[in-house]
Amino acid sequence: MAITFDDKYAESKANRPPNYALMRVLIYGALLTWTFVALFPLYWTLSTSFKSAVDVTQGNLIPWIDFQPNWKGWRSLGLSPDTIFGISTPRDEFIGRFINSIITSVGSSMLALILGSLAAYGLSRFTYKFGFMRNDDILFFFISQLILPPVVLALPFLVLYKFLALLDTYPGMIFIYTLTVLPIVIWIMRDQFNTIPRELDEAALVDGLSHWGVFFRIIVPIAMPGMVAAFILSLILTWNEYYFAALLTSTNAKTLPVMVASQTGSQGISWWTMAALSTAAIAPLAIVGIMLERYIIKGLTAGAVK
Amino acid sequence: MAAPPQFEHARYTQNRGAPIPAARQSMGRALIWFGSLGLLAMILLQILDATGTLPIGFENWRPTLYAYVAWAVALGTGQVLVRGEPGWRALFVLPAALFTIAVVVFPTLFGFYIASLDWNLSSLDGPKFFGFGNLVLLMQDPFYWNSLLNMVYYVALVLVEYAIAFGLALLLNADIKARKFFRVAFLLPFMLSPVAVSWMIGKSMLESRFGPVASFLRDIGVESPTFFSSPWVARLSIEVMDAWMTIPFMMILLLAGLQALPREVVEAAKVDGANAWQSFWKITFPLMLPVSVTAVLIRTIFKLKLADIVINVTSGGPGGATDTVSSFIFRVYRDRSNVGYGTALAVFYLIAIIIFLILMLRVANRLTRNVTDQ
Repeated sequence: MAITFDDKYAESKANRPPNYALMRVLIYGALLTWTFVALFPLYWTLSTSFKSAVDVTQGNLIPWIDFQPNWKGWRSLGLSPDTIFGISTPRDEFIGRFINSIITSVGSSMLALILGSLAAYGLSRFTYKFGFMRNDDILFFFISQLILPPVVLALPFLVLYKFLALLDTYPGMIFIYTLTVLPIVIWIMRDQFNTIPRELDEAALVDGLSHWGVFFRIIVPIAMPGMVAAFILSLILTWNEYYFAALLTSTNAKTLPVMVASQTGSQGISWWTMAALSTAAIAPLAIVGIMLERYIIKGLTAGAVK
Repeated sequence: MAAPPQFEHARYTQNRGAPIPAARQSMGRALIWFGSLGLLAMILLQILDATGTLPIGFENWRPTLYAYVAWAVALGTGQVLVRGEPGWRALFVLPAALFTIAVVVFPTLFGFYIASLDWNLSSLDGPKFFGFGNLVLLMQDPFYWNSLLNMVYYVALVLVEYAIAFGLALLLNADIKARKFFRVAFLLPFMLSPVAVSWMIGKSMLESRFGPVASFLRDIGVESPTFFSSPWVARLSIEVMDAWMTIPFMMILLLAGLQALPREVVEAAKVDGANAWQSFWKITFPLMLPVSVTAVLIRTIFKLKLADIVINVTSGGPGGATDTVSSFIFRVYRDRSNVGYGTALAVFYLIAIIIFLILMLRVANRLTRNVTDQ
């Protein structure tokens, strides 16, 4: 742990401790080791999707040196260059699940963002009293939903959705995903609204805007970074959600994770196909994540540090 | 989630605008009453239809859902009509509150009801009242207690995850080049789907014949490495996958904490001649306690939901060694369609974790209070 602040606060080279060079080696060694740990499974999956059977069993790792990459895995999904314009049942299946995942995750993240932002704004600006509940209690009521494990709601929802004919439908999945991310959205957005000075609201009120006018015209544009953060975080959680999707969907609204899971379960499925499928399933969020990394960090750290 | 909620009470408590005309107020009240009566009437009609007393022929319970939405709209509009400005303000929180009541509070209460039934969805006879029968069965179910015990192990391992995450956060906080690259690389596993990771790591990298990890272990002399055949190794393999995906979350939280540390305090320690090890344990670690407690607490809450990897990699095996409560109940439903028993297990689990988290919060409060008092 010697790395703590030694380097950060070493003012000049003269001030450096005697073991400075060794420290640098250790720090970068540790950083590179963990980079390897974090990235190797991704590299493994991506490279396996271009391997054939021999390369898999021999554990070849480096393309063009150890093994000759081919499109086998992607061809079996109908996503290789030579099959992309042809007819392919696996691809239709994949695209269908992909679209389902987009509809449910974007739909629920939007709904959670709308409901959550409104509630968070209200709780950060006004004093409420619903029965015995004050602002603190209302906030705790919302946030405490985070504790609820999906398993508690899964079977009741199965029964309720059967009664309501919402099993295996988009609205059904959107509702249940919204509830899983709503506490997080409320948490992030309240933190965001608390950082916006109230004087701004007051000035706009004096200018004759209503509270709702202030919210939409003044506050929402300023709070945009927080909203993006909350949206991206919701998107990650809902896109990857498996438990509810496995229990509550069958054919119409089946999402990508359920498809991936059903493929891993079946015996005899080839590694290159699974690797291609896994790559295709994680790629969208990995790309979004890399591009919008600072929003994810903003969302994750909301309210954690004063 | 994280820090205790603090409330600066809002200043807009004064009533703005003109007094509300009595006619408008009574109209609002009528609207709320009308909406509530409509909702109750619809529920009553549907119950009568469902029990066969008054066969109307509803296809499903959707009319009740629509009646609830209509009631919610009536309630919101009524608030504005009756109370004016405060009503408009209530409209900010009402949608989220009514949504949460409909999709969380009601289903949870309904869950308590199902838990008292003997109800197999695939059998032809409907639900039978079972009282505390499911609880008695639960007490005698060794597999359930086994999965609860596994949760204790998994939760205890959060501390190991925390130690690694703290180390990584310190690394990222050091004076390094390409910090952004390392941060993105470290964060990447967090964005992946547990199901995809189940295959990527659990089923392919940890495959015992030609997975890369097995090959590597063979190369360094481990004979016939397997990852999912002995209980503790299997449990740790699951834990490694889960940790791989979630350490980034704690790491980011701790990194934010480190970056918010007051610089002067840390520098003062240096001037006083403290070495890095001392300044970490005497200064950095205590100052980081509140953030640490937050990170561990949130991580524990998420750990208690662990299921996807177990379902997809081991299905709880070998012999239930990797089973979590969620994955066990998943199979109780999948294999036996037993909604009543499965829900009873889940409700029992919910009560157990609420008690556990309350105790944990107590300890957490004591820990952080000691720091802030000094």
